[in-house]
Amino acid sequence: MHLDHARSDTYDEERSEGQPDGSRSPAGTTPPSPGRGGQAPLRIGIGGPVGSGKTALVAALCRALSAECQLAVVTNDIYTTEDADFLLRHGVLPAERVRAVETGCCPHTAIRDDISANLEAIEDLQGSLPPLDLVLVESGGDNLTATFSNGLVDHQVFVVDVAGGDKVPRKGGPGVTRADLLVINKTDLAVNVGADLEVMARDAHAQRGNLPVLFTSLTEDPGATAVAAWIRELLSVPAR
Amino acid sequence: MTTSTTATTTPAAPTTPDRPSPPPVPDSFAALLLLADGRLPAGAHAHSGGLEAAVALEDLQDLTGLEAFLRGRVATVGHVAAAFSAAACASVRSGLPVTGGSGTAAELSRLDDELEARTPSPALRTASRRLGRQLLRCGLRVWPHSTLDELAAATRRGPHQPVALGAVAAVAGLEPRAVAWAAVHDSVMVPATAAVRLLGLDPYSVYAVLARLGDRLDAVATAAAAQAHAAPADLPAWGAPLLDVSTELHATWEVRLFAS
Repeated sequence: MHLDHARSDTYDEERSEGQPDGSRSPAGTTPPSPGRGGQAPLRIGIGGPVGSGKTALVAALCRALSAECQLAVVTNDIYTTEDADFLLRHGVLPAERVRAVETGCCPHTAIRDDISANLEAIEDLQGSLPPLDLVLVESGGDNLTATFSNGLVDHQVFVVDVAGGDKVPRKGGPGVTRADLLVINKTDLAVNVGADLEVMARDAHAQRGNLPVLFTSLTEDPGATAVAAWIRELLSVPAR
Repeated sequence: MTTSTTATTTPAAPTTPDRPSPPPVPDSFAALLLLADGRLPAGAHAHSGGLEAAVALEDLQDLTGLEAFLRGRVATVGHVAAAFSAAACASVRSGLPVTGGSGTAAELSRLDDELEARTPSPALRTASRRLGRQLLRCGLRVWPHSTLDELAAATRRGPHQPVALGAVAAVAGLEPRAVAWAAVHDSVMVPATAAVRLLGLDPYSVYAVLARLGDRLDAVATAAAAQAHAAPADLPAWGAPLLDVSTELHATWEVRLFAS
């Protein structure tokens, strides 16, 4: 494809000069990636409480999307490399596409108050890989008040699970009420833990107004079909 | 001696009833507070300044251990960082009227080299450059200036943190002695706040330790600021071998909470 070819030439030239847009410094701004027609890669934050299935969702999205777009992942696990190792161990992404960020006991600080380490990680990925379309930033497991800075991500997904109790959506918090997408995961466990999915759906919609809510079971749907479709729409990359 | 803190060095001008006196502080004191505040989004929160390693490897578990660690740190790497920050600040300030001439870039590069030579541990070098790059990113957004653009372009992996601190401080309007205080403050606050998070130490007790260290911090900052115009090779070269060794070991751990 002629257009793609032209883009990669430009990118190589820029990279060799080390000044991605020729005017802004490497430390100052996120260089645009030509991967999406010159746009910066789409940055999606994935947050939520410990154990709700964030890493499993990221793995599912990698499986679903890595063949159709240029994808990289930044993880913010409190144990630094735990989540990155999970992604590598399960072979969903090659090592050069995953970066782990240390968060000094404060995972929410690294995605909200001081986003510099995450921005560095994204830039390092952009500088070392072909033009990226999508960067998933997975937060470390935190509580219901964690939320991503819009200086770090374009959209955010908040993941809760039915085993955490069907009252979680009613409790609210910025993740539940304001995330661009709320994912309620592990629906297959609902019968075992006595969670009422209809109550969760009703409470979630009451908290979120028109913002979307998706129910998933990654054991039953390892490709997280609905979430992948939501991201595809944002990317404007047609599904295969 | 505590006679020359930034706030009190210059006596207030005499006041008259109907004209407000000029500000008693010659420096951009508000900028100093911003720069010295641990909440500045410049990456420091993820670092422990060697404390996480000392907890595991040297059995630092309590306030006594923390105070000894802080005293050692400020007297060695803290002093060096403060002197280099002050020198970088002085260098940028002298270049500012001609908007950062090539002389400034060369001087900053020289300071960066000298600091590299004073940092034997590769892991500490990496941590310092990462923090320098993050601070520069912050400075470029908060106090945009062509000198910072030039520094970022000249140091691809990031300048050492004290060089970045001095440069950012200069464009924020600070003088070398102010940035020396900021650097000394940073050298104890990073491990002290890490100790609160990692060991669950009583935060009031930790701040009481920090307050007790006040005279020591003032003395080191004063000495460092006095060297702001020294030749780079003559700047202090205090070392902390245990910190070098433990940081190297820390970097190999499979599980760690702090970046350094």
